[in-house]
Formats: sequence, structure tokens, C-alpha cells
Amino acid sequence: MENSNKDKNISRRKFLKIVGIGTATSAAALYGCTSGTEKSSSTKAARQIPTDKMTYRTSPKGDRVSLLGYGCMRWPTIPSPDGNGDIIDQDTVNELVDYAIKHGVNYFDTSPVYVQGWSEKSTGIALSRYPRESYYLATKLSNFSNYTRENSIEMYRQSFKDLQTDYIDYYLLHSIGNGGIETFRKRYIENGMIDYLMKEREAGRIRNLGFSFHGTVDVFDEVLAMHDKVHWDFVQIQLNYVDWRHASGANVNAEYLYGELVKRGIPAIIMEPLLGGRLSNVPEHIVARLKQRRPEDSVASWAFRFAGSHEDVLTILSGMTYMEHLQDNILTYSPLTPLTQDDYDYLEETAQLMLKYPTIPCNDCKYCMPCPYGIDIPAILLHYNKCVNEGNVPKSRKDDGYEKMRRTYLISYDRSVPKLRQADHCTGCRQCVEHCPQSIDIPAELHRIDRFIEQLKQDTL
Amino acid sequence: MLRKIRLTIAILFFIGTTLLFLDFTGTAHAWLGWMAKIQFIPAILALNVAIIAALVIITLIFGRIYCSVICPLGVMQDIIARFGKRGKKLPYNYSPAKQWLRYILLAVFVIACVAGIGSLAALLDPYASFGRIANSFLQPVYLWCNNLLAYFAERADSYAFYSADVWLRSLPTMIIAAAVLVIVFILAWRNGRSYCNTICPVGTVLGFLSRFSLMKISIDEDKCISCNLCARKCKAACIDSKNHKIDYSRCVDCFDCIDECTHNAISYRIARRPVEKKEKAIDSSRRTFVSTAAIVATTGLIEAQEKKVDGGLAAIEDKKIPERATRITPPGSLGIKHFSQHCTACQLCVSVCPNQVLRPSGGLLTLMQPEMSYERGYCRPECVKCSEVCPAGAIKPITKEEKTAIQIGHAVWVRANCIVETDGVECGNCARHCPSGAIQMVPRDANDPKSLKIPVVNIERCIGCGACENLCPARPFSAIYVEGHERHRTI
Repeated sequence: MENSNKDKNISRRKFLKIVGIGTATSAAALYGCTSGTEKSSSTKAARQIPTDKMTYRTSPKGDRVSLLGYGCMRWPTIPSPDGNGDIIDQDTVNELVDYAIKHGVNYFDTSPVYVQGWSEKSTGIALSRYPRESYYLATKLSNFSNYTRENSIEMYRQSFKDLQTDYIDYYLLHSIGNGGIETFRKRYIENGMIDYLMKEREAGRIRNLGFSFHGTVDVFDEVLAMHDKVHWDFVQIQLNYVDWRHASGANVNAEYLYGELVKRGIPAIIMEPLLGGRLSNVPEHIVARLKQRRPEDSVASWAFRFAGSHEDVLTILSGMTYMEHLQDNILTYSPLTPLTQDDYDYLEETAQLMLKYPTIPCNDCKYCMPCPYGIDIPAILLHYNKCVNEGNVPKSRKDDGYEKMRRTYLISYDRSVPKLRQADHCTGCRQCVEHCPQSIDIPAELHRIDRFIEQLKQDTL
Repeated sequence: MLRKIRLTIAILFFIGTTLLFLDFTGTAHAWLGWMAKIQFIPAILALNVAIIAALVIITLIFGRIYCSVICPLGVMQDIIARFGKRGKKLPYNYSPAKQWLRYILLAVFVIACVAGIGSLAALLDPYASFGRIANSFLQPVYLWCNNLLAYFAERADSYAFYSADVWLRSLPTMIIAAAVLVIVFILAWRNGRSYCNTICPVGTVLGFLSRFSLMKISIDEDKCISCNLCARKCKAACIDSKNHKIDYSRCVDCFDCIDECTHNAISYRIARRPVEKKEKAIDSSRRTFVSTAAIVATTGLIEAQEKKVDGGLAAIEDKKIPERATRITPPGSLGIKHFSQHCTACQLCVSVCPNQVLRPSGGLLTLMQPEMSYERGYCRPECVKCSEVCPAGAIKPITKEEKTAIQIGHAVWVRANCIVETDGVECGNCARHCPSGAIQMVPRDANDPKSLKIPVVNIERCIGCGACENLCPARPFSAIYVEGHERHRTI
């Protein structure tokens, strides 16, 4: 706290040095000993966000990684000057990266396919303005559409160019589990990519090799069993207080995934700590419930504290599009206030309450896009979820307030999704289904939503 | 006093009628829909005997107050004239009636109706002219204002307003509306009511009747000093003050002259000579409207405005209008013949259609009369708005339940466009959205039950609503489209 004024005067370069040396000690000193009053005094003072209180975790190889990692999947976009779609707003990306680094974030996770393929380039531009050793870079082998060895190696090499680097700190086999074990074998085993990447690790161009996982338990077990041969340096899993014991669809409970990693001493990197915002945008009474317990903390901070409280977690990724989200997350981890057992129980109860809301587990990752027939799939699903959470999905026309709910749903639907991109245009061709990491049966959900909307329009619910 | 009453009622009628062409939510029609139904030519086309009789009786008692109070085009001219002669207080002068022109145009109008040239008849109907002007020029402004409110409402998380698409439905109709507006504007600006008293067929018919009306403006020759003030104030140019005579066929009972006269020589009272009632003129004209004529239907190509697409999403090509052998008219219109004979092309149904289905036709004989097409939406099962608002009986009122059984056309599958054939993927969106269950999906290879499914249409059950055509993923031409029926039938 005593450093907060002094920080404003130090230069960025000097600061980076301080981060390198000082943070581990300060984090260690403050870890777990922040009292409630201290925390509240820092938030009261117009949300003064400390620059030197970030909690760090150390990997078995000695990397000191900030507990908050920057997910580069949701960079802000602006309309393209030529009127053709959107482009990344590089100025804002630079600002976000500057702010993150200034406040102790040092892990950046991207992929060749993020933000319509522009994420690596944009992240590279923003980060190349800093010394390479001051941050950790993570990217992935996202060879979803073309499994050949040539294409995979080409994709791997392109990442170096786009990220303007000669080594990658954390390299992931992207989204294992999608398409089952067969797809995994085709993507990495049969084309010899796994051996290639292990050699690259030996050569030092990859410092840590791991994989990110979405899918069924058998695939996870089989790939993890390769640990003896491959030696996974880390594994990226989906972990949050809902998925801990209540994973949706075919996905595996995070409690199991994390437990298996701990057994083998493999550090976990966490994705979807907030379920693409679904654990921040929750039903009103859940907001009240969480706010009541810690009135000055955001709803999202509960999800981040849950993920961070697990000791073998190396870093937690958050795809922060807005400065406010970045600030809130930095605040949550500067330093982390771990959950008490009581807090854990409270969140488990909250998770059970949330499961009563029939939302669709879409995290807006946009892997399903673009739909060849122009449907805006995530927008339709997110709009539906929003209406579920806000209580605007009537069950029957005899419900209290039916007319108001009907009007709200129909008008907000047209506002959220252009008419030609709405669910009634879904052909059911099923080309999106295999891309969904949450294994949502997208056409079935779209058709269900469409039938519901049709009933609203015709007043026959 | 009389003038103020006339002004008040005229303004109320004008605002109300205009609102009918602006409002897209249906609220105004619930309260003010009758204002369109009491318009003269629509009432004749609808064979609404009660309203025709009431209008005739009112004219036979009070004179042409219809023209100065109810007719929106008449009131619009008064408004234009007021601004046009702002500088001069007494801008007009007496001029003799152009009787030959009036009756020739009336004859043209009647012949056009009899011969079934709906577009020519519609061109002369003052109410329809006003409707087209309001629909073409005022509704877009109204919608843009609404969209602005919707924009703010969205940011305030309010659902009080929602935005509506503004699009060019038909260029020819808009050009005609613009031309009529310019002509009416110039005539009204320079000479007050000269359009009503030379061109308008309603003015001619009512003018003929009002010659025999019970109440009339009259000049007291004893009090009159022949100062000519009244004649110079008269926007109908019908007061011959030198001879103390008024041309009652042109007087629209605006009462301006009464207020202008400094010697109280002008009054509105029961005419001295009682007038024999004559309803023949209107009877004969009504009969002529009823007589029928053959109609050749043509389809017109209408250019819709392009829609911009945003990024991260596949581009969506705009749909194009398929070539239909028979045009589609709305349910309730009974068929093409009935529709063309009764429609006065006022665009009221076009103004209220919430699904962007109705638009004015571009065909020569049916120019400006609405027809349906499904590139922007389809005739939704819960909507019967056009049938509720039609003042001319061209679209008879129907209920939602009746609509489910009215066949206005039938769907035709175009194999070459179907994405099952072109993209080799499963679809069935047409079958999924057919409200009457007329489309089934069957394996395209009869010997292979697992082959991709193609739609088959049971035309006995199809009502021609266009859900399949509109929601078909094939672009720019849908793989399934609707052919209209000459005569609608109940299934």
C-alpha cells in the first residue's frame, strides 16, 4: 500500500526490473494475509489498483507467472475502414497490454485462429515493445481443418513470425478432446507432430509443451497417460465453480481433471474461469447473494478467486476486452484473497442454484463461426441466456407478466441479432457441431429457440 | 365562428388520416381506422352503401364540406395555399369554371374503372394520391424519428420503441407520388383549390351534388357593396361578386368569405329555392365501378436497398424476386380480379404491413396497386393487418383462423437451387417452418432411405404464405418459391 504513490513516478523500464525482482517477495509476503479491512480501504479509494501486489506462482521450471494471464481470444475490434467486416483495434490492444504489464501481468495466451486469425499478429505488435524476457508467451497448434504435417509445421513456424519471437514459452496442442481420440491421433500422432514438437522443446524453441483440453474423460485419460513418454510441462483445463462438480454436456468435472494433474505434479493453467462471462452475468438473486457476502467485490471476482485458490494452478486466463474487466481482475489478484472452506461451500450452493436456470453453456468463443449460412450463433445463444437470467423466458402465456416478457424477448432479439442471422435461418446442416468445445448441439438449440420465438410471435405459447 | 369549427375539424381529420399512413404498430388503426373508410372513392369501391349515402346526404344538406374537412388532399392544399399566399392577404380572383375539363377527367376516371385500368383510376383518386405521398415521403421520416427513439431506448434498456426498416418499395410509385405532389403543390400555391375544381373526380361529383344542397353560402344583395373582398379571398375562385353569384359546384364551404365581408352581406343558410334530391349521378357511377373487366397480371421488378453486412460473419447475399407467372395478392382479396377492381392504390396496407411483404406493383395496368413478395419477410400466420385497414374492400376483413385456410398461391420447388443439391448438406428449413404442414422431407434417392432429404410440396395444403421461400437458405434465388393464384380458394 505504501508504494502506490511512488509507483506513478517510476519509468516503465525501471518498473519492469522491479517487477522481476520484487514481486515474488511481495507476493509471498502478502499472500493470504490480507485482512478484509485492508482490501476494502484499497477499493474505496476510487479503485486504486496496485501495480506491485500481483500474486505470482512458480512453475517447476522456475517461471514466475502472474496469477492473472491475458487471454488474447477476445481482443477489441472496430469496423474496418474499407467497410468490410471488423479489424482489431490495435491502439486499444496496446493500451490494454501496457496496463496489464504495468500491473504485473506477464503471461499472454493466443492462437493462430483467434479473432479471425489476427490475434497472434496483434499480440506480437503489442508485446514486441517490451523486452522478450519480461513476459511469457503461449500459443497453440490449432491445426483443426488440415491435419497434415506440412500444414502443422507451417502453422507452428508462422506463429514465430507473427509473434516476433524466436522462442515460445508455452506451446499447446489446441483443444484436445474435440472429435474424440481419433481426431487427436490424426492431428498429432499419425503425422509425427508430437515427436517434432518434443524435438523443438529440446532445441529450446519451445520452453514448455502442454495441451488444452475440452471433451470426454477417456480422451483426457489417454492423453495424460502419455505423460511418461511426452512429459507434459503443463495442461490447460476448464475450471470454475460450476464446472468443478457440474460440467455441462459431455465435459468432465474440473475436480477430476485438476486432481489428476495434481497427482502427477503437472501445473494447471485455467481457461474459462468465468465461462465466457456467464459467471459474471448471473441471475439477479445470485448477484444479490454474492454481493451480500462481499459487497465491494464484483460478481466476477468470486469466480477468479475460486480458480486462483487452487494451489497447483499456475495462471488463470481471462479474455479481457475491456479495461474495466482488466482492472477488476488485477484487483482480485493483487493479491489473491484465497477462499475459505466456508466460501467454497457457499459457491457450491451458488452453482447448484445457477443450474436451475436452463441456460445454454455457450462461452462465446466463436469457434463455431462463421456459419456458412450467415447465422450469428453465439449472439442467438447469448441473447437467450440473457433472457433466461433476466426472467424474460415465459413458460406459458398464462404466466404473470407474459405480455411484458414477450415484448422484451422479441424486441431485444431483433436488437441483438440482425433478422437474416436469426435462428429461423438455421438449415441444420450441422457443420458447426464438431467445433463446439462445450459440445453443444447447436442446431438442436437453435431450432428449439426458433420454435419458442415462433410461439411467442404467434401467441400460442 | 363557422370557419373556426371547419378549421378545427379539418385539422383533426388531417392529422388522424396522416397518422394512419405513418403508424406501423397498428395502434392508430385501432382508434382511427374509420377515417380511411369514410373516404369517398374507397367507400364506392368497397360498395359501402351506408357511407356513400351518408356522404351524399351531407353534401345535399351542407354542400362540399367533405372537400374542406374530410379529404386529406383538400386540407393539404389549404395548408400549402396558406403558405403560398403568405405575402398577400387577398390573393385570388373570380374565374369561370372549366366545366369541360372537369367532366372529361370524370369520364376518364369512370372509363378507367370500367375498363379495369386500376392504375389510371388510382392516379385520380385524391385520397389515394394523398396516401401515396404520405407513404412515400412522410412515413420514412416518421420511421427514422422512431428509429432514433429506438436507438435511445435501446441504450436506456427500454422496450418502448423498436426500430423498423426503411426501404424503397417501388421507385415508379414514388416518382408518381412525387409528380402528383409537385403538381398539387404548384396549383395550390398559386391558385388555391384549382386541383379540386378542375382535376379531382370527387370534386366534380360532389360539386354537381352541392349545386342542389340545402345550406348554401349566399350574398345579401341589399347589404353587398360589391367591394370584391370576398371574391379575392375565395380560394375556389367561385364568387362572382359583381353579379352576386356563387358557383356552388366549386364552393367547398370554407367560410373564409363570411369572415372577410365587412358588411355582413354573406351568410351560410338554407337556400331560398328548395332543391330536388338527386342521387342518380352517384348511383350510376357506383354501378360502373361494379362492372368488371379482364385484368392481365404482370410482375414488376422492384429494387430493394442493399443491406450492409458486418464482419466475422459469412456475407449474406440479398434475395432476388423470382419470376412469378401469377402475382400474389393478400389473403382476403379473393383473387386478382376482385383486388384490381377495388384497390385504389392508397398504400394503406403497404404502410402497415409489418413483414415487408406488400409493396406497390410496377406493372403498367396494376401500377401502384400492392402485390406480395417474400424476399424480405413472409405473410406471417398471426397477422391480418392489411385486411383490417383496407378502406376500399379490396382486401376483405379476415380472421387469423380464416387465414390459415385461404390459399393465395402454392409453393414450387426448384431443384437446381436447393442446397441439398448444390452444397450436399441436410436442410429442411422449408418443411420446418411451413405453418400448414404442406412440406414433407423425403430421401432424394428412393432406394436409399439414408440419402439426403429433399422437400415435396402438397399443394392441396399449401396456402402460399411464403415462409418456405423467405427462409430458404439458397440465395439470391430461393429453391422454393410461391406462384400466385388467380382466384383464392378455401382449403
